[in-house]
Amino acid sequence: MTSAREQILGAVKQSLKRNGPNATNLETCEQRLSDPEAGLIPERSRLPHPAQIDLMEAMLIELSATVQRVSSDNQVPDAVVDYLKTRNLPQEIRLAPSMDLLDLPWDGHSLLKTSSGPAREPDQVSVTGAFAGVAETGTLMLHSGPEGPTTLNFLPENHIVVLRTSQVVGAYEEGWARLRKVFGNGVMPRTVNMISGPSRTGDIEQKIELGAHGPRRLHVIVIEDGDSAA
Amino acid sequence: MQSTSHNFKDNARRAIADPNIQAAMAKMKVGFTGKRLAAAARLPEFEALRDAARDIKNHSLANLDFYLERYEDKVKETGGHVHWAPTAEDARKAILDICRRVDAKTVTKGKSMISEEIALNDHLEQAGIKVVETDLGEYIIQLRKEPPSHIIAPAVHVSKEQVEADFRAQHQHLPAGRSLSEPTDLVNEARQILRQRYLDADVGITGANFLIAETGTSIIVTNEGNGDLTQSLPRVHIVIASIEKVVPNLEDASTILRVLARSATGQEFSAYTTLSTGPRRPEDPDGPEEYHVILLDNGRSSMLGSEFQDMLRCIRCGACMNHCPVYHAVGGHSYGWVYPGPMGSVLTPNLIGVEEAGHLPNASTFCGRCESVCPVRIPLPKMMRHWREREFERHLTPKSVRGGLGIWAFLARRPALYQRLTGLGIGVLGILGRRRGRFKSLPFAGGWTKYRDLPAPQGKTFQQLWAKQQKTRSTTK
Ligand code: SF4
Repeated sequence: MTSAREQILGAVKQSLKRNGPNATNLETCEQRLSDPEAGLIPERSRLPHPAQIDLMEAMLIELSATVQRVSSDNQVPDAVVDYLKTRNLPQEIRLAPSMDLLDLPWDGHSLLKTSSGPAREPDQVSVTGAFAGVAETGTLMLHSGPEGPTTLNFLPENHIVVLRTSQVVGAYEEGWARLRKVFGNGVMPRTVNMISGPSRTGDIEQKIELGAHGPRRLHVIVIEDGDSAA
Repeated sequence: MQSTSHNFKDNARRAIADPNIQAAMAKMKVGFTGKRLAAAARLPEFEALRDAARDIKNHSLANLDFYLERYEDKVKETGGHVHWAPTAEDARKAILDICRRVDAKTVTKGKSMISEEIALNDHLEQAGIKVVETDLGEYIIQLRKEPPSHIIAPAVHVSKEQVEADFRAQHQHLPAGRSLSEPTDLVNEARQILRQRYLDADVGITGANFLIAETGTSIIVTNEGNGDLTQSLPRVHIVIASIEKVVPNLEDASTILRVLARSATGQEFSAYTTLSTGPRRPEDPDGPEEYHVILLDNGRSSMLGSEFQDMLRCIRCGACMNHCPVYHAVGGHSYGWVYPGPMGSVLTPNLIGVEEAGHLPNASTFCGRCESVCPVRIPLPKMMRHWREREFERHLTPKSVRGGLGIWAFLARRPALYQRLTGLGIGVLGILGRRRGRFKSLPFAGGWTKYRDLPAPQGKTFQQLWAKQQKTRSTTK
């Protein structure tokens, strides 16, 4: 008996009238896997880096996210606390277990409770880093790993992302190039989340409602740490 | 799901008389089309990206065996499992086996059309497993025990008053006096109910918009974030995907993603595009311990190399139905199976047979709007015509239509006779209808005159007028 796998691949080959190697042009196909090339990238994001950062911010706002710029890492805790206060949120945050975030001067805020790790059900506010920001559509790229539990991006109602200007790129393809540099060609972390605004649905009479299952609010704190660090 | 496609005519008649469906359709046809147009206008490269997306899909299909094998290698390399499923039954069995092995009591699901295609929910429920749909639209239709009526907006036919009634009936533990009149209330209630389900689930099942051969990755595109909670909280993540979803690399997926959301909802990009590769890594603080991919064929391999191969480019954006005057008139359920609208009219006969679904490719005015908006430029009207031809060849066309076509063909091959007869007919109709200018009823044309008057012809055929004009031209020259 042929296996299900052979049955399907056999049927595919037969339909493609293939009786040699399993590609019309093996070399082209191999190359497409080992050395992927970018296709057509919209002009929109081909800008000097400061303009890309502005585009990123404008797109985020269009997506109903909020943005605050700060000039150094040390200002992040102040920005977080301010955000919680103005939204009337509890002074309690769940941090991604990354050194960058844990090392920030949180103790300056005695009322703020911090903990870190994957999200647990009653957590209301998460604070995570990002891997990249794609200016083209205001899309944040985050990935899983010891410093990035995926549940933090979805379970709490409020997601605060700390993004560095040096992480802002123009197009998705530049994000992939950076990812390959870190993980190697053809290698991916378990999860890469491309996040464009808070959770939403139009499933009831096509009226857009925020906060369907994921976060109702997405707040991005942008640290101006200069130019592209790529 | 049991098809009622053979009943298309009755289904359609009922839908046209249903004020709820008509109100919903009136709303959806302006919403989606306007948003798509605005998104396309905002991206100067949109048309060129459609070409690029088409080319990527064509390349992937032409080398499908190669990319499927390489994709499988990569999934295995990252610790995932691939289950090949030639038929719907094989897919159902593979999924149930996994659920049984891990002793699953509850399964949560992200939106997946393939799961509808293989009627997965019934199968799991019969085995005693609780299945919870988490996409809001899917949740609503699961409560209503209905199939989806649209591939990206499954509950587009349901009004908010109907949702309110369903929620009141189903969520009896909540206070009866609560306010549920606004969509916000309804969304919040669903959010609250489903939250606990995610946490309780043993297995999470999602579909896939793309499979990436380069990395062994599956991609889902959602707006609600339900798919992400579905796949990151339970112990086991199962992906169900059909074989034509594979593309070579991340760059290829990016190009197609640029046209997907814009064509579907008019968004620049959906809220969540999520790439999953294998199970959680030893050092990961969360994520599923097992990752399985079910690769479903179910008739697709035989579409390859046929006149329907182009249909396999479909990225399930829904634009064709959003722009279809027939879909707007009859709604999604009339099509009688999982895939409605123009894409369904081509795909359904391929998957369940033209004997069952022969009405669907006939439910088209050939206006061409579907093809003009399809992001991967599938020639949908042409393929519906292929089905009509096949039906005719296989004598599935009704007798009256065959008879009519036969007479027409006989005349069309005899131009002189054709002109004499039509000239006579038009002349007679012209005289008969001269007084009122229109006919309220006519023998053999009841299908037309039942709903509208037929304007009376002026007494001459086009050919006669043309001949006369040519003659006057040549004499005045
Ligand atoms: S046929 Fe084209 S327009 Fe219709 S759903 Fe598929 S990709 Fe979208």
